[in-house]
Amino acid sequence: MNATNNPTASGPILSVKDLRVRFRTLDGEIDAVKGINLHVNAGETVAIVGESGSGKSQTMMAAMRLLASNGEASGEVDYRGKNLLTLDKAALNQVRGAKISMIFQEPMTSLDPLYTIGNQLIEPIRRHRRLGAAEARKEALRLLELVKIPDPERRMRSYPYEMSGGQRQRVMIAMALANDPDILIADEPTTALDVTVQAQILTLLAELQRTLGMAIVFITHDLNIVRRFSDRVYVMRSGQVVEEGETERVFAAPQHDYTKMLLAAEPTGRKAPPPAGAPVLLEGRNVEVAFRIGGGFLSGPPLLLKAVDRISLSLKQGQTIGIVGESGSGKSTLGRALLRLLPSEGAIRFEHKDISAANTETMRPLRRELQLVFQDPFGSLSPRMTIGQVITEGLLVHEPSLSAKDRDARAVIALQRVGLDPAMRNRYPHEFSGGQRQRIAIARAMILRPKVVVLDEPTSALDRSVQKQIVELLRDLQAEHELSYLFISHDLAVVRAMADYIIVMKQGQIVEQGPTEDIFDRPREDYTRALMSAAIDEKKFRVAV
Amino acid sequence: MLLYVFRRLLTAIPTLFVIVTLAFFLIRVAPGGPFNQERGLSPEIKANLEAQFGLNDPLWQQYLNYLNNLLHGNFGPSYNLPDFTVGELFAKGLPISIQLGASALLLALIVGSILGVIAALNQNRLGDYTVIAIATAGSTIPTFVIAPIIQLVFGLTWMLLPVGGWGNGALINKVGPVITLALPQIAIVARLMRGSMIESMRSHHIRTARALGLSEWSVVVRHAFRGAVLPIVSYAGPAAAALLTGSIVVETIFSIPGVGRYFVDAALNRDYTLVMGTVVVIAIFTIVFNLIVDLLYAVIDPRVRYD
Amino acid sequence: MTEIALAAPVAGRSFWGDAWARLKSNKAAMVSLFYLVFMAVVCVVGPLFVPHNYTTIYADYVRTPPSLSAYPEAGMIENALRDAVRRMRVDIEDWRQEGERVFVTVTASKPIDERNARYLDRSDTFDNTVIDSRSDDGLKMTMSTSVKQQYFLFGTDNTGRDLLSRTLMAGRISLAIGLLAGVVAVVIGVLYGATSGFIGGKTDEVMMRIVDVLYSLPFIFFVIMLVVFFGRNFVLMFLAVGAVLWLDMARIVRGQALSIRRQEYVQAAEALGVTRSGILARHIVPNLLGVVVIYMTLLVPHVIILESFLSFLGLGVQEPMTSWGVLISTGAKNIGTANWLLLFPAFFLVSTLFALNFVGDGLRDALDPKDR
Repeated sequence: MNATNNPTASGPILSVKDLRVRFRTLDGEIDAVKGINLHVNAGETVAIVGESGSGKSQTMMAAMRLLASNGEASGEVDYRGKNLLTLDKAALNQVRGAKISMIFQEPMTSLDPLYTIGNQLIEPIRRHRRLGAAEARKEALRLLELVKIPDPERRMRSYPYEMSGGQRQRVMIAMALANDPDILIADEPTTALDVTVQAQILTLLAELQRTLGMAIVFITHDLNIVRRFSDRVYVMRSGQVVEEGETERVFAAPQHDYTKMLLAAEPTGRKAPPPAGAPVLLEGRNVEVAFRIGGGFLSGPPLLLKAVDRISLSLKQGQTIGIVGESGSGKSTLGRALLRLLPSEGAIRFEHKDISAANTETMRPLRRELQLVFQDPFGSLSPRMTIGQVITEGLLVHEPSLSAKDRDARAVIALQRVGLDPAMRNRYPHEFSGGQRQRIAIARAMILRPKVVVLDEPTSALDRSVQKQIVELLRDLQAEHELSYLFISHDLAVVRAMADYIIVMKQGQIVEQGPTEDIFDRPREDYTRALMSAAIDEKKFRVAV
Repeated sequence: MLLYVFRRLLTAIPTLFVIVTLAFFLIRVAPGGPFNQERGLSPEIKANLEAQFGLNDPLWQQYLNYLNNLLHGNFGPSYNLPDFTVGELFAKGLPISIQLGASALLLALIVGSILGVIAALNQNRLGDYTVIAIATAGSTIPTFVIAPIIQLVFGLTWMLLPVGGWGNGALINKVGPVITLALPQIAIVARLMRGSMIESMRSHHIRTARALGLSEWSVVVRHAFRGAVLPIVSYAGPAAAALLTGSIVVETIFSIPGVGRYFVDAALNRDYTLVMGTVVVIAIFTIVFNLIVDLLYAVIDPRVRYD
Repeated sequence: MTEIALAAPVAGRSFWGDAWARLKSNKAAMVSLFYLVFMAVVCVVGPLFVPHNYTTIYADYVRTPPSLSAYPEAGMIENALRDAVRRMRVDIEDWRQEGERVFVTVTASKPIDERNARYLDRSDTFDNTVIDSRSDDGLKMTMSTSVKQQYFLFGTDNTGRDLLSRTLMAGRISLAIGLLAGVVAVVIGVLYGATSGFIGGKTDEVMMRIVDVLYSLPFIFFVIMLVVFFGRNFVLMFLAVGAVLWLDMARIVRGQALSIRRQEYVQAAEALGVTRSGILARHIVPNLLGVVVIYMTLLVPHVIILESFLSFLGLGVQEPMTSWGVLISTGAKNIGTANWLLLFPAFFLVSTLFALNFVGDGLRDALDPKDR
């Protein structure tokens, strides 16, 4: 498309040498990147992969001089003979946004909320290409068409808040491509998006690379993306590159133990369905949850939003029902409604007793049988309580006769069971990692010996390797106690490993349901197929590229 | 938008009504009356005066009378300054107080914003610490300390400014009062601006702007500052209402004939009509400026809509 | 298994432990904290050690400038002597000073009563007067008296009262009022705000509408009404001022309570079947405390300023009792002739406010979970 940028000349156009990044924090200095080397050749796709805290994002932030003000970078970032780290601001800004551009993880906040899309697109075009207003506007329109934004004329006048996450990410891509960059750095560009949207954005990036020919640096934690998308890969761990090479080679024959561990971190195994005669524990008939939006003295009647629309399900002893769907599909609301934590219509029965009319008082004794584990292990633990207090809080309610000593003993057992050192029970939640906190949350539910546990995205906030451990822990606990799980997730790989039955939800309704194997192997509905192909089909992008 | 303004003004009426009612009965419950303290007032004259101003009528009737007068824009006569009506007193004093208050507010918004931005852009460096020091000083030293010190230093020692007086609005007479009024406001605006600018500079869309290679000017002014200015706007509304209705401290110390003194003097002397007049004026200023703030919000932030 | 179970649990770093560690590393805050303690001790204990009572009037020392050396100064002895002698209704014939003692010879047209010597003792300048000789006709008398050494480190005020003891007494009042009204405001605000935020719904709406209405009345109006009602009893009055200042606290606490109620850990507790009182006691209140502490440190200087402001207007503490505001008000009226009357109390007030401010900022940094 652009002759000067065509990747005919091989050899690195960007090389990072002995890059170090250090942050000054209140708790002392932290070395985020500890002397790494990497390079990018013209027109190729490089992936930098690692778990949270590996320094993968900070590497590229440092290269673009976008570190937070308490961060400091040393080393060399060479772009076509210029060291970006020492370039003066004016010269740097000739490169940034023109020759090297970047898109980010947070599509909802990466655009300025106060200016229209058109305004934000035109600004970098005019700055780097010195075009007149009318020409720049035409160019902006062309870019919006390029990234397949419907009705670009109208969108030019829209504000970011009027667009969905996927559309905003497309606008970000359009802005990044505005000046025919040599290199596009994509920092987890799809992580915050729903799976079907993720697939669209990835396909778009692949197409654009084919037509425009820029190099792409992909920063991601998702090995599927790496495999489908990149030519070469750097594996990072705690600020260092532990392995690098051709993607095919790294996936086929990983050298470093950490890479091997990462590759093996996809949750594996399948859950067998419960025996045919297993009793039904929790049952919902035509469950409906509606939220009122707005309404009031001067603004007219409220809008009724049906978050859950006449859903029926029955959960047997020892069974795991996976509820999958994208954000806003009502899956979490359904889980809470079944536990009577939200007011709902329809019948809910637990062990054949109707609990749909139960109030707080009559529900209380049942609470120990019906437990809940949250997605966010940071938010679901009270920050002022020790974890010993956190996990024994339920005992105060349900076994008030226990002495403090007995409760402490039970806490010790529960912590051991979830694989934590009981000596830590007087520590506070902020002293634990995300995976450890999720174990604490599980211990809090399990200490009551419940029969049914609703797991609301329990692994979504965790790294892959930690996810796998949590999945295994949950499966072990299930086998030990014949637990029934309602497993709510948007992550199909995890659901596949956890559930023996799947319900696919969209806009509050069931789209499709059936045994896990059936849903994965023979999806009947288009929506299910879109979900599956986005998450599972590994060849699709290779074909596109 | 116009409809919104109209609706807001409409809903302001009950608020105003509640305030007037509350203030009316509170001041009437207080012991004493307007003609009790005055020396040399014989009981007959006192009774006469009270009858003349209708103070012997039942309270509810006085209340209805007052409301009726108020609806016709009549604030009534002042009891303690019998040569003037309350309306005349405000017509005389309010322009002076507004002049001083508006100048101080403008000064505070400009200087405070600049200081705040400087501090935010130099976070945890010398410039930042300097601004923090100024802001801390400005917000901890009360005006009744600043004012006499300005008089002492600039008026008595260096003889640069008059020690006090209005001087028929001569510029030099306004310097001391305006600075005294503005200093604490500068401190508050600078602090607010610093915090909000730091947050704004940390936001993701600023990172985007930098990644796009936009100039520092565009990043700071077009993108960061515009978002950061919202807290200042919402602060400026009530601050304007307070400043423009006069400051008792500044007007007392610098002997300025504004309206700042009226309230305290009137309340202590049970000059009922003047108290009520002040309450109404302050309430109207507050309502109007809060409305202006909300409209400005919609101008700055497209997410805010009033239809 | 059992060995692990028996191992002594490791103590964790609690929220408050963390906060204290942070505060300790904040130099400005710690220096300010020590300064505040020092200021409180000086104001409470200080007046006991200052040789002057804060109400004592030294007629000989009206508007005496502050000085580190003892009074009287050279020229003042003669003036004081002449004053005292005039009261005896006699004339000075001659006087001289020898070291600590002053010798004076007086004459009169009528015989001088020996008891007249008391007039010298009554003066603020002299002490231990003795009559050395008296002429036989009693028309001439020689007395000797020692000069009373007085220190007025901060000078004296318009009526000749020692400014140091007055400033310290004023500090007692100002600090006490700050604390008292601060506590009252916090207690009312927390109770009101927490109730409103925790109950929510219609109750919350009504309670907050009441706060809105109270907000829209000019603050000074309330205060003046309170002064009018409670008279000049400063304890009652500042209880009342505290009762006016609770509005901000109530709003903050309500907002905080609402947001805590939506936190997942509260939902988790609900899912465990924890009762409302359990949630309030174990989750909401402990998480509110940080905000309350921060706000309290902001409120105390606010109340002190308010008290000074009211005293400045003449609505606060009444003579002979005093407060920093009263002293500053007097000082402001006398800046042309006796600027120390403004400068000393202003320094005490402002430095205390500064210290409170730094402590407040330090606490906010230490307690704000956003930093974590």
